[in-house]
Amino acid sequence: MLPHVLKKSDLGAWVGALMAEQRVAGPVRRETAPNDGRELFGWDYLAEPGDLRLDYDVTVLGPKKFLWPPRQRLVSYRLGGDPKPEPILEHEPQVLLGVHPCDITAIGTLDAAFGKDIPDPHYLARRADTVLVGIDCAGPCDEDTSFCLDMGSLYPESGYDMMLTDLGEAYFVETKTAKGQALVEAGKMKPAAKADLEARQAFTGKKRGAFRTKLPFEVKYLPEILDASYDSLVWEAIARQCFSCGACNTTCPTCYCFDVYEDVAMDLTKGCRVRRYDSCQLDPFATVAGGENFREHRWSRLRHRMFRKGKFILEQTGRPGCVGCGRCERACVAHISIKETFVQIAGSR
Amino acid sequence: MTVSQAEIDIEKGAAAPSPYVPRMARIVAAEQMTETERFFRLEMEDGVPLGHQPGQFVGVTVFGLGEAPISICSSPTQGDAFELTVRSAGMVTGALMKHKQGDRLGIRGPFGNHFGYEAMKGQDVLFVAGGLGLAPTRSLIRYVLDGRKDYGQVTILVGAREPKLLLFRDELEAWTKRKDADCRVTVDRPDPSWKGNVGVITRLFRQVKVNAARTFAVIVGPPVMFKFTVLEALAGGIPEHRIICSLERHMKCGIGKCGHCQIRGTYVCRDGPVFTYEQVKRLREGI
Repeated sequence: MLPHVLKKSDLGAWVGALMAEQRVAGPVRRETAPNDGRELFGWDYLAEPGDLRLDYDVTVLGPKKFLWPPRQRLVSYRLGGDPKPEPILEHEPQVLLGVHPCDITAIGTLDAAFGKDIPDPHYLARRADTVLVGIDCAGPCDEDTSFCLDMGSLYPESGYDMMLTDLGEAYFVETKTAKGQALVEAGKMKPAAKADLEARQAFTGKKRGAFRTKLPFEVKYLPEILDASYDSLVWEAIARQCFSCGACNTTCPTCYCFDVYEDVAMDLTKGCRVRRYDSCQLDPFATVAGGENFREHRWSRLRHRMFRKGKFILEQTGRPGCVGCGRCERACVAHISIKETFVQIAGSR
Repeated sequence: MTVSQAEIDIEKGAAAPSPYVPRMARIVAAEQMTETERFFRLEMEDGVPLGHQPGQFVGVTVFGLGEAPISICSSPTQGDAFELTVRSAGMVTGALMKHKQGDRLGIRGPFGNHFGYEAMKGQDVLFVAGGLGLAPTRSLIRYVLDGRKDYGQVTILVGAREPKLLLFRDELEAWTKRKDADCRVTVDRPDPSWKGNVGVITRLFRQVKVNAARTFAVIVGPPVMFKFTVLEALAGGIPEHRIICSLERHMKCGIGKCGHCQIRGTYVCRDGPVFTYEQVKRLREGI
């Protein structure tokens, strides 16, 4: 599929045309940080085309929430003699516009987690109804916490429908799928000229120079390094600071563990089964009916999460459990860093 | 990182049936076994049998309250209906104490692997069940007794804290009388009417003769019992891969997604609940 260019002055009209057809979510400005005046961004459904901020740096929550909502109804039923349980599949067409490479990679992990073995249509129906439009990164969004280059999420080769690259005056538009190609028609896009292709190449060249690795080892050795550290006191040491609040899980773009509960109507005539994000850091997560808690220590829960991110999810899904986005570290009140943890265990072997 | 692009068909998966919708089942028999444990026999209402294997579990839904993972305590040799023994431990299982014949429940499953009875054919089987551990163990005991000639020596050791906490008392008595099986029952704390063995189950273990080279030991019970009984089994010379157990976890999905039953890289709901001691000892957070 041949690349196109979209002039920045035509972006609003294109986004407006997409919004007329389906819901469009993208990064928007939330507020200005009171201490340093920095703009803070979040993912939301767009109210106006002009709300879209493709120049955003980081968000607390990624676009995961549009595919895997914090609360999702699964089954409806009636109360009384005849429950007649029925699945609830809530989805409608949507475009996620401006997804960073790390989040594209993370969505690929969720696709694998929910799609493998017994497929989960509650996630997959939303996913199938979603068009992913990426925006390439020119440089690190947050130099302190991100380590996407290490985790292999900076250059996704698939998992998106369209990719935008900011060339200054215009966006370079590449499509990967028919769904992406269909979006091209909605805007005033021109086939890319030789100069545009050269500008795209120059962007990639600059991008390669802008990111540096932060782990002292290649990530393919991470599962092995984790294994060797399983019995280390390092987990107890790191967990001294941990409050077991679960902010790391809540903000993680690949976390997919859930709890299931029942939501019953006030008049007790019907109810539904709902799932919500759960956190392996919370004390009752691995507790069973008899009262045994198989990960009762805070450090054993922290270790479990680090193993999931660096090893278990990869082994289960063939996709990375951590994409190096840095969200968990930024959200952690105790400043526990998954990146520094990986560095430390490599040193404590 | 070399990331293998998993073969995921999103469109196909989007059209798949929801694995979270229970099927309706009717209680055809219910009986209070102890103060806190209730027995149920259930039939699927749609006429499609559950199709379970010994050692599997189901998700039991009390509509409006929730779902609890419960071991199936019957053997497929007992017919298409299946049986559960539920201990009152929370909201759902508490409500189940009031359910009676004719009531309807939601059932998902069966989930998990099963006791590897195929490998036990022609071999001796030693069952060690403590407390509620008798429920999942019974599914295999019944399976083995119903195909008795396929197996060598069968030994059944059952322990409970008190006589009134013993499950399946009628069956225990029948098994004890059998000539083709050695069934022994013990309680930790006897009451005046108790005439049987007294003491922890490891003491029973020492009373029986085990041909270690041809024995499978199936050990299911609370973690503390498991540890000491495995020690006895190992001391008796039974190899680790022939010591079989069933793990308890609070599964919320049953299909390897929700994460609650995960032990290191293993999902108990999908890869278990039946494991050999050889596997469990590597899991570390297992018992």
